[in-house]
Amino acid sequence: MINVQNLRKEFGSKVAVNGVTFSVEKGQVLGCLGPNGAGKSTTMRMITGYFRPTSGSISIGGVDMLSDPETAKRSIGYLPENAPLYSDMTVASFLGFCAELRGLTGAAKSKAIDRVLELCFLESVRNQSVDTLSKGYKHRTCFAQSIIHDPDVLILDEPTDGLDPNQKHEVRGLIKRMGENKAIIFSTHILEEVEAACSRAIIIDRGKVVADGTPDELKKLVPGVNTLDAVFRAITKTEG
Amino acid sequence: MTKAIPNIKAVFKREFFAYFNSPVAYVIVVIFLLATMGFAFLFGDFLRTNNAYLTQSFFFWHPWIYIVIAPAVGMRLWSEEQRLGTLELLLTMPVSPWHAIIGKYLAAAVVWFVALCLTGTIVGTVFYLGNPDPGPIITGYIASYCYALACLAVTSAASAFTRNQVVCFIVSVALCLLLTLIGYPPVVDSILKSLPTWGEGLVKAIAYTSFMDHFYDMTKGIISIRDLVYFASVIAIGLIITDQAIRSKRA
Repeated sequence: MINVQNLRKEFGSKVAVNGVTFSVEKGQVLGCLGPNGAGKSTTMRMITGYFRPTSGSISIGGVDMLSDPETAKRSIGYLPENAPLYSDMTVASFLGFCAELRGLTGAAKSKAIDRVLELCFLESVRNQSVDTLSKGYKHRTCFAQSIIHDPDVLILDEPTDGLDPNQKHEVRGLIKRMGENKAIIFSTHILEEVEAACSRAIIIDRGKVVADGTPDELKKLVPGVNTLDAVFRAITKTEG
Repeated sequence: MTKAIPNIKAVFKREFFAYFNSPVAYVIVVIFLLATMGFAFLFGDFLRTNNAYLTQSFFFWHPWIYIVIAPAVGMRLWSEEQRLGTLELLLTMPVSPWHAIIGKYLAAAVVWFVALCLTGTIVGTVFYLGNPDPGPIITGYIASYCYALACLAVTSAASAFTRNQVVCFIVSVALCLLLTLIGYPPVVDSILKSLPTWGEGLVKAIAYTSFMDHFYDMTKGIISIRDLVYFASVIAIGLIITDQAIRSKRA
């Protein structure tokens, strides 16, 4: 579903992403790990069509993102980092706006809104202004937006950031369930999350993919250690 | 392309209600009405001139009011989007940036339309007190609305460059003021007097690019295609710059 070839992104003289290649099939959940500033968010922004890569190619369900972005974007749901929302709207009107941009109108639109409100446990704040929500609710509202059109591809940038342990558990479960018939990429700093929800993981460091495999395979990458945490630190340790 | 209309409509609707869900639209409409009426009655000598034409007493002041108030309406268009981070959300939707640019611009334009309609009381007043020729009043309103739209297009372009609304406001006011003054007759005349004759053509050419030059003609009751094309081009250029600025943010 998601095919990324040799993706490269330069900001001026700084190379943020340097030749990233991977693919994700339907039914796979890919965890994206890496230190801060490694290029995870930049990679996701390119896959979702927000940033234009300096070079490389991205194809979503066989549609090229660079030559036909409007079609390619249709099958993607995206939760950006920090879950941005229009602060002057209510939860339901925000989701309604997103549904309309996804081409849902009338009964299909209200059905989609009801569905995601239920999935993300937002029914109690349906008509509340986004401005007055707590961080966890804001995050889930933006998450609800990403699945409103039941997309084949889900890109989630730190979906459990700012959630309490119960909500984290719920969201992980949700990702795992949805991963059965979607292609999902999500980034995280919480390594147990990878073991809990991912079928595969990549580690990105300084703009490059430095490890790619199932969580179990990754654990065996570095001899002498047996946790993902230790492997992560061994692989991404800054030199010198 | 078939998706263009529903997309523009969705963006327009969101943006338009955002104006009226916050105090922004109400404050601006009230200030605009106070300013237009205040200028007309206090400085325009609306009642003492004993003249039922609104050109001198009423429309004359509009450009100066727009210079300050139109950027206040337009400054949130793209700056706010960048500050909240929702730009990323909007541009990863299956929507062409142009749908969003046009939808947002139309929302601001309709806010102005509402504000301008509410000045209709002064038209009622002149028809009650006298027997004016409706022609110049209609063209005056068209000219005034064109002026507001041009200022909004400038603001839309400026707001795409910055996430800071204050910066956008100041820059837009400065640009609108510049585009007004280079065609303001007293300014143009004084420059013409101090320049040798060879400079005349150049000064007139620059004055011709000003909003003011085209505004005056229209308030006199003459609507020429030339002036309408001028304002349409200003709007088109403003929106094209908006698009380029947004593009450069993502490149």
